Amino acid sequence: MSEFPAAGLILNIVFVLALATTLVGAVLAVVTTRIIRSVCGLAICCVGLAELYYFLHSPFLALMEILIYVGAVCVTIVFAVMLAEPEEAVVEKKRGVDFAWSGLAMVVCGAIFFGLWRLGSQQDWTALTPRTNDGSIQSIGKALLTTYSLPFEMISLALLVAILGALAVARTGRDKA
Amino acid sequence: MSVPEPFRLILFVAGLMGFVGFNAAYLVWVERKGAGRFQRRPGPTEAGWAGLLQPIADAAKLLSKQLIVPAGVDRTLFRAAPLMVMAPAMIGLAVIPFSETLAARNINVGLLMIFAFGSINVMAVMLGGWASRNKYAIISAARVVSQNVAYEIPMLLVVVTMIMMTGTMNLQEIVQQQAGPIWHWNIFRVWINPLAPITFLIFYICMLAETNRAPFDMAEAESELVAGAYTEYSGMGFGVFFMAEYANILLGCSVATVLFLGGWQSPFGIWSGVLWFLAKLYFLVFSVVWIRWTFPRTQFYGLLNLSWKILIPVSLFTFILSSAMIKLLGNRL
Repeated sequence: MSEFPAAGLILNIVFVLALATTLVGAVLAVVTTRIIRSVCGLAICCVGLAELYYFLHSPFLALMEILIYVGAVCVTIVFAVMLAEPEEAVVEKKRGVDFAWSGLAMVVCGAIFFGLWRLGSQQDWTALTPRTNDGSIQSIGKALLTTYSLPFEMISLALLVAILGALAVARTGRDKA
Repeated sequence: MSVPEPFRLILFVAGLMGFVGFNAAYLVWVERKGAGRFQRRPGPTEAGWAGLLQPIADAAKLLSKQLIVPAGVDRTLFRAAPLMVMAPAMIGLAVIPFSETLAARNINVGLLMIFAFGSINVMAVMLGGWASRNKYAIISAARVVSQNVAYEIPMLLVVVTMIMMTGTMNLQEIVQQQAGPIWHWNIFRVWINPLAPITFLIFYICMLAETNRAPFDMAEAESELVAGAYTEYSGMGFGVFFMAEYANILLGCSVATVLFLGGWQSPFGIWSGVLWFLAKLYFLVFSVVWIRWTFPRTQFYGLLNLSWKILIPVSLFTFILSSAMIKLLGNRL
């Protein structure tokens, strides 16, 4: 099939859209005062990230990002918020201490951003890491159960601990009530 | 192919939108006619022959109604929610193979794509309920989450079982593996998964629950919660939710057809094609309507108990059984 006209341009536009989705979602998650909206920002950010993964030739990872982060994590957060606090929190007036804290936060964030930027600008980005496999589900499964079986098992252990912790918290909560 | 790929995709998406719109309108007619017949009354008869123009009249009514956004709602989320319910169903339908050539996109992770975007659905209904600032809507939103989380687990377990049986997530390949006579359909492949018919039953029940259909329509329990999450929506806001419900039923039945009933394969091994797919699809859709007007709504505890105490253990058992069969006997497809 012949090359579609302006295919490169369309590809670039889609890439910029993916970047914009990620950034807008991230900014929305931080800036807004309503907690449900910031969860929505998180969801949008995750969709944008999934698009970026798709651009990196990892459709499986992209779809998993949506399935787990949007479908599970965001839904759980919204559910918890809804159980805890159906009404919006009252916005308090800003005090001097708050401004001091947010100034400190800005300094810390700026330092982290500067460090990352320095690190990124010194890194040689032109060298592509060689692809170790074809990124298909079969090869991901094999890698998870052979090369990366220890981290894989460690993650399952961490999840087990989290479940046990949740059970312990829930038990004491019920006894008190 | 003579048509360039981007144009082909746009054509397919437009076609799918038409398909969904037409089906949403006429499935409402089927639903009302069916409800009438099941209750020994004629159903809609006035508009057109046998009430066939009724969906068009309904659509005109919904379109001409005022869109009211009540005071105090979260305006952005309130408006976004109906679209967020509609979009995942459309994306999911894009990977469904209607026939050997009639598929918008044939990608290797098609099955995963449907379930990844399908999970946005819960979020959308929940946001709609929350943004409405209405106690019925919020109760309904909370119900939607606990229901969908409960039924997502057995559904995904069943799907993983099917992926193990077929060894692929490509829907077109899954259909092609089921070519030939009727016992090649995945629902009858008992020598790989002895509980294959039960696996199909679990999938079907989960599909009913995920699409919020009776007897699991706890989100829109009209006798308890007015109209649940949709209470505050008027005109086309409600109309889009309604269309999305039918779009999701279509998607769920399509996935069931592809995974278990051989997709566009004919039961005799010859004359396969899109007509077989549609026949199986509409048989399943009709059975969904049938069930709605036959069984009363369950209680919420019954709903959750069914999932956590019956469906999840049984689907785990079929999962383990079929993986053991595949490993021991080695008779994958």
